Amino acid sequence: MGFWTGLGFTLLISAFLILPVLVSVLAGVTANQFEGLSSGLTTRWLREVWANYGGTVLLSLQIALATLVITLLVGVPAAYVLARHAGLTARLVEEALVMPVAVPGIATALGLILAYGAVGDLRASWLFILVGHVVFCLPFMVRAVLAVLLSMDLKGLEEAARACGASWPQRFLGVILPNIAGGMLAGSLMVVTLSLGEFNMTLLLHTPFTRTLPVGLADAYTALRTEMASAYTLIFFVLIVPLLSAMQWAAGRADRVGAVR
Amino acid sequence: MPDRLRAALLLAPALAVFGAFFLIPLAQLAIAGGAGGYTTILTEPRYLRSLGVTLLVAALTTVITLGIATAVGLFLARNRFPGRGTLLALMTLPLAFPGVVVGYLVIMLAGRQGLVAEISMALGGERIVFAYSMAGLLLGYVYFSIPRTLLTVIAAAEKLDPRLEEAARSLGASPFGVLRDVLLPGLAPALTAAGAICFATATGAFGTAFALASRIDVLPMVIYTEFTLQANLAVAAALSFLLGLATWAVLALARGASGGAAG
Repeated sequence: MGFWTGLGFTLLISAFLILPVLVSVLAGVTANQFEGLSSGLTTRWLREVWANYGGTVLLSLQIALATLVITLLVGVPAAYVLARHAGLTARLVEEALVMPVAVPGIATALGLILAYGAVGDLRASWLFILVGHVVFCLPFMVRAVLAVLLSMDLKGLEEAARACGASWPQRFLGVILPNIAGGMLAGSLMVVTLSLGEFNMTLLLHTPFTRTLPVGLADAYTALRTEMASAYTLIFFVLIVPLLSAMQWAAGRADRVGAVR
Repeated sequence: MPDRLRAALLLAPALAVFGAFFLIPLAQLAIAGGAGGYTTILTEPRYLRSLGVTLLVAALTTVITLGIATAVGLFLARNRFPGRGTLLALMTLPLAFPGVVVGYLVIMLAGRQGLVAEISMALGGERIVFAYSMAGLLLGYVYFSIPRTLLTVIAAAEKLDPRLEEAARSLGASPFGVLRDVLLPGLAPALTAAGAICFATATGAFGTAFALASRIDVLPMVIYTEFTLQANLAVAAALSFLLGLATWAVLALARGASGGAAG
């Protein structure tokens, strides 16, 4: 394949990926999509969407932050144990912990409803969605932190700290955590991005009082005019694109650090 | 505190989350299908047809995505030119878009007022609309899968030794021969891993189909309809359990085949 053929094909594919995004963003700030851009630009649709669906954005942020806190508290210690132990049991536990990624969200969600749908007021609470997001996001946190732990000399570090008289809590908080900050950052960005966009589970888990951003989007796509649906999508882009850029920046930084070592 | 006890205590919260909110629900799902649910699936042709359609769409998604991502990935891994970084950043932008947003983007592209419709009208032809069909769904899944697969291919291509390719060429291999005998075998583990993820995503996701809001009978849509509209819990549970088992098996097999590279 020659350079120009390759470039042409690559540009064609990037147009396929980017043009719909541009069309959607423009439609969200265009006064009248039928007449096109000549009808002028407006923030009217954004304001109307915020008035009607602002709550979904706030609930999604709340769930994403709660998911982040829980996956950090639960996932980092688990990754530490998996990195310290090489045996078959540890590998089986690791295999089990990442399973929820491989099973479609709709199946997990249906299972959660069957198992806990009738327990107290849980079904109507946002905590029900939170449970689903934690199950789905936890493997990503564990893997991100585990990858960093395995790339460094964990045993050597711990032994050095122990020789200096550091107790286990001192070693964990003072030596290990600072060394895996990069992995925790990468995992955190991943978890927040995934939680904000989660739809496969949330569509079944939500109730009319606990609608998240992607569930609201799906509703808007079938019920609202193009300008409003696009404005709503634009709000989602504004939330998610900086997160994605941060994620790529963190990954690039990890690569460079890895190369230096 | 002994090491073993500490390890168990540190692992306990993660195992509790896994057991209570994944294992128990999946067990409930398997049981709720009951004998009735599983026999209904096997005897009613529309469930089998939907399974066939789902597997076909997933297979096509995988083949098309791998083809595109290999071509673009090899090009971007082999060439340095101004704007390459920007191009790569733009092409990985959709990584964070959920399926439901991708479905909407397909409508922007191929829907009633979409780009393709406007362009075909302007050229004096008919209004071409295919977003709300199987073709639209396929387009959406390919859109969804390209960024992930592309990153995997580029990472694998940059690890290939360029001297192998030069050697093959200097020994008189045609460009196609180099691709077939040197590049593709070198990329095979990465392609297997990425392909399995494409396949599993296209089988199990339904945001895209949901946003296209059409009569697309892929399995996750059937499960959703059986559960919400007809309250046919046994069939929904049986279908979900089998779907979960199938995607997990595909990913596990691919991971074995690719030596741990698959997610």
